[in-house]
Amino acid sequence: MRALRTLGPIVVVLAVLLALIAAANPFFLEPAGFLAFLKRAAPLVILAAGQYFVIVSGEFDLSVGSLVTVQVVVAARLIDGDEAATWPVLALLVAIGLLIGLANGVITTALRVPSFITTLGMMLVLSGAVFLWTGGAPRGALSEAFRTFGRKDLGPVPWSVLILLAAGGAAIALMRSDFGRRLVAAGDNERAASLSGVRVNRTRTLAFVLSGLAAAVAGILLGGFAGVSAQVGQGLEFQAITAVVLGGVALGGGRGSVAAAMAGAFTLEALFTLLNLYGISGALEFAVQGVIIIAAVAAGAVRLPLRRTAHV
Amino acid sequence: MILRMRGIAKSFLGVRVLHGVDLDVAPGEVHAVVGENGAGKSTLMKIIAGVHAPDEGTMEIDGVPVSFGHPVQAQRAGVAIIYQEFNLLPERSVAENVFLGREPVRRGLVDRSAMEAATARLLAELGETSFGPRAPVRRLSVAQQQVVEIVKALSQDARIIVMDEPTAALAGHEVELLYALVARLRERGIAVLYISHRLREVFDLADRVTVLKDGALVRTAGTGDVDPGELVRLMVGRDLGTYFPPRGTGPGQVRLSVRGGGNAVLDGIDLDLRAGEILGVAGLQGSGRTELAKALFGAEPFTRGTMSPLRPASVRQAVAAGIGLVTEDRKAEGLALRQSVRDNALLVARSVRRRGRDAPGRDGAPGRAGGSGRDGVTGLLEAVRLQPPEPGREVRFLSGGNQQKVVLAKWMTVAPETLIFDEPTRGVDVGAKAAIHDLMRGLANDGMAIMMISSELPELIGMSDRVVVMRDGRLAGELPPGPSEEAVMRLAAGEATP
Amino acid sequence: MSDHADSAVARRAAAPEPAVPPPGGPAPEDGQRRARDGAGNGGGRRWAGIGPTQVIYLALLGVMAAGWVLVAIDGGDFLTLETVVGIQQRSAALGIVAVGQTLAILAGSLDLSVAYVISLTSLVAAEIMAGRDGGILPALAAALAVSALIGLVNGLVITRLQVHAFIATLGTALIVKGVLDHLYDGPAGRVPESFQRLGYDRLGPVPVSALLWAGVAAAAWFLLRRTRLGYRIYAVGGDAEVARLSGVRTGRVIVATHVLCSVCAGIAGLLLASRLGAGAPTVGTDGGYDLESIAAVVLGGTALAGGRGGVGGTVGGVLLLAVLDSVFNQLEVNAFAKDVVRGVVIVAAVAVYARRTSRRRSR
Repeated sequence: MRALRTLGPIVVVLAVLLALIAAANPFFLEPAGFLAFLKRAAPLVILAAGQYFVIVSGEFDLSVGSLVTVQVVVAARLIDGDEAATWPVLALLVAIGLLIGLANGVITTALRVPSFITTLGMMLVLSGAVFLWTGGAPRGALSEAFRTFGRKDLGPVPWSVLILLAAGGAAIALMRSDFGRRLVAAGDNERAASLSGVRVNRTRTLAFVLSGLAAAVAGILLGGFAGVSAQVGQGLEFQAITAVVLGGVALGGGRGSVAAAMAGAFTLEALFTLLNLYGISGALEFAVQGVIIIAAVAAGAVRLPLRRTAHV
Repeated sequence: MILRMRGIAKSFLGVRVLHGVDLDVAPGEVHAVVGENGAGKSTLMKIIAGVHAPDEGTMEIDGVPVSFGHPVQAQRAGVAIIYQEFNLLPERSVAENVFLGREPVRRGLVDRSAMEAATARLLAELGETSFGPRAPVRRLSVAQQQVVEIVKALSQDARIIVMDEPTAALAGHEVELLYALVARLRERGIAVLYISHRLREVFDLADRVTVLKDGALVRTAGTGDVDPGELVRLMVGRDLGTYFPPRGTGPGQVRLSVRGGGNAVLDGIDLDLRAGEILGVAGLQGSGRTELAKALFGAEPFTRGTMSPLRPASVRQAVAAGIGLVTEDRKAEGLALRQSVRDNALLVARSVRRRGRDAPGRDGAPGRAGGSGRDGVTGLLEAVRLQPPEPGREVRFLSGGNQQKVVLAKWMTVAPETLIFDEPTRGVDVGAKAAIHDLMRGLANDGMAIMMISSELPELIGMSDRVVVMRDGRLAGELPPGPSEEAVMRLAAGEATP
Repeated sequence: MSDHADSAVARRAAAPEPAVPPPGGPAPEDGQRRARDGAGNGGGRRWAGIGPTQVIYLALLGVMAAGWVLVAIDGGDFLTLETVVGIQQRSAALGIVAVGQTLAILAGSLDLSVAYVISLTSLVAAEIMAGRDGGILPALAAALAVSALIGLVNGLVITRLQVHAFIATLGTALIVKGVLDHLYDGPAGRVPESFQRLGYDRLGPVPVSALLWAGVAAAAWFLLRRTRLGYRIYAVGGDAEVARLSGVRTGRVIVATHVLCSVCAGIAGLLLASRLGAGAPTVGTDGGYDLESIAAVVLGGTALAGGRGGVGGTVGGVLLLAVLDSVFNQLEVNAFAKDVVRGVVIVAAVAVYARRTSRRRSR
């Protein structure tokens, strides 16, 4: 009941989807089956958490998809199968993620470019730059150690699930901290926040940095899980934004919780799983996904009419 | 009677906000509607303007029964409403705003020249020569935008114009101009429904006044038949007697001192603010009052001169040095409306650590309110007399007075030595106003240095231990406790130089 | 109601001729200038008369000059007939989509589904034509109807179901993508020779496709400047609540802009089909028309939040992107480097606008 209040209607949708999956595939109820689901969902959930910080502060981050691609392509080329290179490259990837987030944040806040445009430009720059560097197609190979995070288990639990738990816990803790409250206040009313002593630009920039970090982690997991390709991050920015919005977080900022955003990502992943299970695979999956996204957001909008009427 | 309302009743979500209100307005009459916040004034006006439909009761315009389902139906019937926050598009021209939604067309295309000519003619009729129909609205002052709203109403052939607190954002000479405008509307036979918290305007302008209280009609009377004290009694149901808390016992040490302070707007500011005093700052709109507050608070910093304890270059420096600002515009600058009372109250404490003081607890706020944790916030909310003191509520659901108390709570978490109030009681009802005045005096008595800017001279004079007057970005002079309104106005308008 | 309308007409008839200054007041221009001087005494007044539209055309001239110099140094000739035609052809499809996108953005919305609408209409048209001249008219009608329908759905989902335009059009995009992927693996249908002339013919130095673009842009410009719908698009994008209280049916305006935006995408789909000689399920996404059209609009100085800007700027924005492309092609710059520069240019341009706007706003 308490979860329902803090997370909103998304948990009901998620529960229904999970029940439907379980009905079609009882293996899903066993630990191994459920953990496999979590493992598959981990990158998107982490991306959604990162995107949440940006959205709740009133901005967008469209660059995360291409950033994930950059992570994987850079990792493959620099590691090129050399186990010893794993850790330095991992550190480099995290640094790239932080740096790109910092650039997005500084351009958006200091130069006052709408973040939609900043991160759209960053998307072009990143995908152009990485393939300029590799000559048009991914090259090289990941190391075994690198793949461990996305693919292997620690005892019975996949590494990615552990990373997911840590990242999710950190995100929730962060939103409960003073930083989190300042971030939401800045997204709600930038001017009031700034006149209350909040360093709005710095706070927002940090949100972009967190999104970049989330993209770096998601890229590392996806590289191990899905392998190296030029398409690995394609469309992930839209999936992450969709997940956040599914969780009831308002585009425009100031409203919604990070836990609900992550629940939105789980819901999206459960939807993919369900569509596969029921044989609506491949092409039509997108169509069904589109319908459900619109329907879910519309349902949320209809149920919460306060935003419109309170305005008069 | 051009407007006749009988037995108007309205409920929202089962809460009855209007109980069978009657209202008659004659052509060419200026009819004031007064009452505390929550008395039902806005709801009644919105029913007239077609924003809400009444649950019960009848409404006639020129003897013809009407019922509106949309503001546009009311407009077509000759009712126009001018809200406190103007309904104008800053990026469009005056004429485009005036004819928005009713653009004249010729052969299917918008007839721009007819639109501009009609707008120009109405502007001329109102005696407005400072801008033309093609000026973009974003370049106009608040007073000029108000004229645009009136022109818009006239272009709709409005016979009833509802004005919701029209002077809230005006001051001094602009108010005079508005008076003249209202007089012209009256000459044209237009009925003006005038909502105001400022009783003086009611008596200056209105022919009759209707008092609402708790959604019911208390009385309608000619303004010659009641006096201000009686009106306040009718509104609040009690005699407030003395409007203001007694003055303090005298100022203490200097808390804040400026010498030769200046920036793009201000020049040559010399000012001392002492512990325990309330310093009133008077001046016309645009005289630099708000800019002075923002300079002291580091939001639009001084670029010249000295200031002790320090000349803040940013809001954060000012806050760290113990200076707070209760802004003029609560909703735009004071509060994050969709956040809880608690998150708003703790925002400053969570953003700035004051040197030499205990860091606030994770949940709470030490300082004057005392304690930390959940009890700290609740205690704080009780200290500012928030009704009800629920930390979990979103502030957008609170009344104006309660919202202002949350802003006050926000500053008390960091226990500033100096607190600046810019129009602290704007849009606040009479009851909450008195509470805020009490709180301010209480803070001063506890040793805080307080500066108060107010366009309402009775408030300014009643509350202040000392009054300084701003003019053209400078301090035009200082007046002793309890100056006459006339003395303040003379100084503000530059008729006398001390 | 009707007597009010009559009196308004009477008043209009009684109004003085526009050329005559209103009695007791200065001429409108005079008043405007004075109001501006009164309020705009901050810095940068020197530039106050130059709007984003002028900026983008100045930038366009600058890029052309720089391109000419660079190509000349490289030993080439920049302004040949070939490059001019190339620039026009390259920009036509994006230009048409961007004009439609301008309408949606001005109304405070945006459309992420245009790329898939382009693919879909190219297929619908090519399949119906099936290489026959007789199929052209039915194909045009069908393609435009399909795109209008998608726009209608977008608009209704946004206004009736109150779904944020970003999510609504993303959802529609996914639906169309799903249908396309389900039905098609590759190019399909065939466009007759006669229809291919739309894509390749020229009148002197001007390609037919560029004329089509110019026509669409002119129509949109006219719509915005001279019709009630145009005025209301600005009003809704500027402040939907103000528009609503003034009797503007905001929902209809938004639906109309989405229908028009989608139809523009449909026209672009037809143009691309005529170039390819067939329909293709990825022609829209390969061109990145969704985000690129938004970028072009914003590059042209239209505010992403709506209510400010216009078609003129968008045309400049599209031309700027096309000229950049052309310069890179002549210098034989790597395709990926083009993306990098393009991203930088878009962000830089918007940063410049942001600076100018905030300077003008600060008093």
